[in-house]
Order: sequence, then C-alpha cells, then structure tokens
Amino acid sequence: MSLLAMQRDFRDWLVTGEDAAAAGLGGGNGPAVYQNNYRTALVSSLAETFQRLALWLGDAAFEAAAARYIDARPPSSWTLDAYGEDFTAFVDGLYRDDPEVAELASIDWTVGQVFVSPDAEALRPEALADPGAVADWETAVIHPMPSLLVMPIKTNADAIWQALATGETPPPAEAVEDGTALLIWRQGLEPVFRRADVHECDVLAWSAAGDGFAAICERLAATLGEDAAVTTAGTLLGRWLAEGMVAAVG
Amino acid sequence: MTEHLSGFGLGMRRPHYRSYIDGTAPVDFIEVISENFMIPGGKPLDTLLKARGNYSLALHGVSLSIGSADGLRDDYLAELKRLVDIMEPAVVSDHLCWTRIDGFNSHDLLPLPYTEEALDVVCRNIDRAQDALGRRMLFENPSSYILFPGAMTEWEFLADMTRRTGCGLLLDVNNIHVSAMNHGFAAANYLAGIPMDTVGQIHLAGHVQGEHLLIDTHDQPVPPEVWALYRAATALAGAVPTMIERDDNIPELDELCAELDVARAISAETAGERIAA
Repeated sequence: MSLLAMQRDFRDWLVTGEDAAAAGLGGGNGPAVYQNNYRTALVSSLAETFQRLALWLGDAAFEAAAARYIDARPPSSWTLDAYGEDFTAFVDGLYRDDPEVAELASIDWTVGQVFVSPDAEALRPEALADPGAVADWETAVIHPMPSLLVMPIKTNADAIWQALATGETPPPAEAVEDGTALLIWRQGLEPVFRRADVHECDVLAWSAAGDGFAAICERLAATLGEDAAVTTAGTLLGRWLAEGMVAAVG
Repeated sequence: MTEHLSGFGLGMRRPHYRSYIDGTAPVDFIEVISENFMIPGGKPLDTLLKARGNYSLALHGVSLSIGSADGLRDDYLAELKRLVDIMEPAVVSDHLCWTRIDGFNSHDLLPLPYTEEALDVVCRNIDRAQDALGRRMLFENPSSYILFPGAMTEWEFLADMTRRTGCGLLLDVNNIHVSAMNHGFAAANYLAGIPMDTVGQIHLAGHVQGEHLLIDTHDQPVPPEVWALYRAATALAGAVPTMIERDDNIPELDELCAELDVARAISAETAGERIAA
C-alpha cells in the first residue's frame, strides 16, 4: 500500500469508525486509540470554545451536538481553535425554536476571535481635544478598532452569556427589539461587548463604508431630524472614544 | 537575536503564565506549542513576548505534518515563519508524524510506516520546511500505537532522515519507552541507533497504562523507567537541553521545578561519569 493510500484509509477510519478502514491499518488495539484521541480532541476543543453554550445546554445536550458536528464536519484547519467555525450554524439547525442557542454560540465564537484579533492602539479621547486634531470634520471618517465586530441579535443571549460567565442564574430567553446588535471588540487585551441600537449600527456601517462625519449626520437627519442627528453622531463618537472603540478619525 | 538553547526548561502552560511573565520561574528556557501563537494578535502573543524577554524559547509544532504524502501547506509555513520572525526562538521543532491529508486535519500525531517511500516524502518535506523557515529544525520521535510493516526501524529511519536533511532530533525519552513497550523492542537498542550528535533537545513526560497499550498522556509525573532511560540517553548524548512536558493535570510550578531538579541531577551525574571514564 502506498503512503497516500494508507493515509486516506487512516483518515476514513478516524472519520467513520468503520472496521473496513481499520483493517488496512493492521488491526490490533492501536486504531481504537487514535480514534479515541481524534474525537476527544475535537470535543474538548468545542467545549473550550463554546463554554457558555455548553453551560446553557448542559453536558449531555452539548456533547450530543458536538458528536453530530464531528460526524458531519471533519476538521480541515491546521489549528484546532478554528474547528468550531461552523458550529454556530450547525446548532442553529438543531435548535430552530430556540434562537438564543445559536446566538450564545455566536457570542462564544466571536469573543474568541476578538481575543486574538490584530493589535491596534485605540485613539484616546484627549487626542481630539485640540481643535486642529482633525483637519476637516466634514469629510473625517471614523475608523473603528480592527477587532470590532457587529453581531445582530434577536434574543437576550448577551444577558444569558454574561450571567453564565459570572456564575449567576441566567435569565430566561426572551426576544429583544428589532434592529438590536452586539458590538464586540477588545479594550486593550480583553474582549468586551454591549448592545447597540439601530442608529448606532447604521452609523458604524456608514463609517465602515467610508462616509465622512457630515454625510453621516445628513443620513441620520433623515430619521432623527437635523439637530438630533448632529447630537446623536457626536454622542456616539464620544462614547466610542471613551470605550476604546476608535482607532483613528480623519 | 536567536539564542542557543541550553539547560533545563518547561513547557509554558497557562496556570504558570504569571511566573514566566515576571521571570521568576527557575528555568533556563520555555517551550510553547507553535500553533497556539500563530494568531493575528491579542493576549496570547503579548504574554509570549513578555515571557520571551525573560527566557530562551523553543517553538514546538503539532500541525506541520512532515509525513503528509501530499506535501506541506504554504499558509501554515507562512504563519510559522511569521511567528519565528517575531519570537526569534532558539529552537523550532515538530514531530515525525503526519496529521493532514487531502485537506483533512486529524489534530493527532499519526504514525508513519518506516519505508523508503515514507523516508523520501519526509525528507522532501523537511527540506521544504527548512528552506521556508531559513533554519534547521528538530523533529521529535513519536509515541505510537500502530507499527506498520516497514523496511527499517524507527531509529534507522531517524538516522537516515537526519543524514539526508541536516535536521536535528528532539529526543522524547518517554515516547521511546511508550513505543518500546507497545511494540516490543528494546529501548537500549533504540538509543544505540540514534545519532546522538544530532540530538538538540530532550523531552521528558509521563504516561498511563491503557487497557491494552501504554498511552502517552503528558498528565503524570515522569516515572522511574523514563528517568532510567534519560540517564542512559544523557550518558550517550552528553549535556542536552532538557525539558518536562506536562499538558494535563498540571501541578503547581514548584512541583514541576522539583522534577526538573531530578533531570539536572541525573545530567550532572552522567556528565561526571563521562569525565571519569
């Protein structure tokens, strides 16, 4: 048997657990050790990545979901940390009537991604105190920190996640207002998140698309009125600066 | 500046991060799993950079897959090179095994048949990895639970591999013991067949007795039979940078340092015996 054929047989054994594939590996007790190592490592990786989801579902339900995922999605990435990339969509399919389940999974996953996202220095609020700090506010674009991710939510999964993370009794799942999202980013080295309403999400999306401050105020004015738009945009920028969410303005 | 690895070290594990950041852990070097730090940024890299400021570093990979019949991954090599450039480690190592084929990654160190075909594949892949990184690598002898029919023993394979590629060996003494017990060969024959001048680092670890086989778990103290084999290895190899791998059931740092003192004592004794001889 060629090396390539043996390695494909070995892969088939690990993925399927079928005796026919193990026969090509010489039989004996060894193949079972590798099969156990393979599945144990993947379950452990998912449990590490999706800690709050596991607490919410309970060990038995989480391990059942993990086992089905392992059967359906053999790992392809070279880092075990990436194995859970599709787990949120997978549990969404398993828990169609419980949308907080997939949202908990998504928070677990996204917080993990933010934890190792590219480093950047947050713009300090006092950096904009100088009137000349921004050459032209009309065209100035707000550049959020590279770690910032916006995650739309339909449930109070964020409150459930926080309670589980701190060992408190989580609230029952319930729906939140349409258009709500979580902003997840890193303050220094620590991931944080909070809710944002539809206006804040709009401003972030427009900024990401390259709209300057004046254009943002103009677009906000369409729904809030001119005065409220300028106030809202200024308040949001001030809050983002205070929260370490802005990398640059200009 | 890339340093030379020497002395006695430990795998840097999360419960002990503070001692490495502070520089208070009484070790000469640290080793980390490369893939855990092949990431864009954040706290893990920050922690390793701080620890790196205090200790010489060995990067130890688990996913290079040097035995893959379909070659190495460009993206993996690029990410490893990036980490090497940042950390300037004294040693970059991986395992004589395969983990990936056709886009499937097992995340386990799978055994190779010790055939001429496998030797050609491994040597070709090592040449490519060493070229990509611009440096010599060390490769660790695996513990295994399957022994394929092959034309040569594992130690013969390792000797040919080092001769053909110029790579070095990371000699895992626990793995020799585990495989010797599982496959019924004499560990002394294994040591006698290893080109000791190529050994750049030694690993020590513990294992457990499974239902049928010894299992390399890294969750136990180094047992007496592995200490005995370490004594035999250092008698042949001389002073080689040595470390203890403990990945699960991790005790207090003091306990690991006490184990490391045993390694220091054995190495000093065999050095004395070599001088006396």
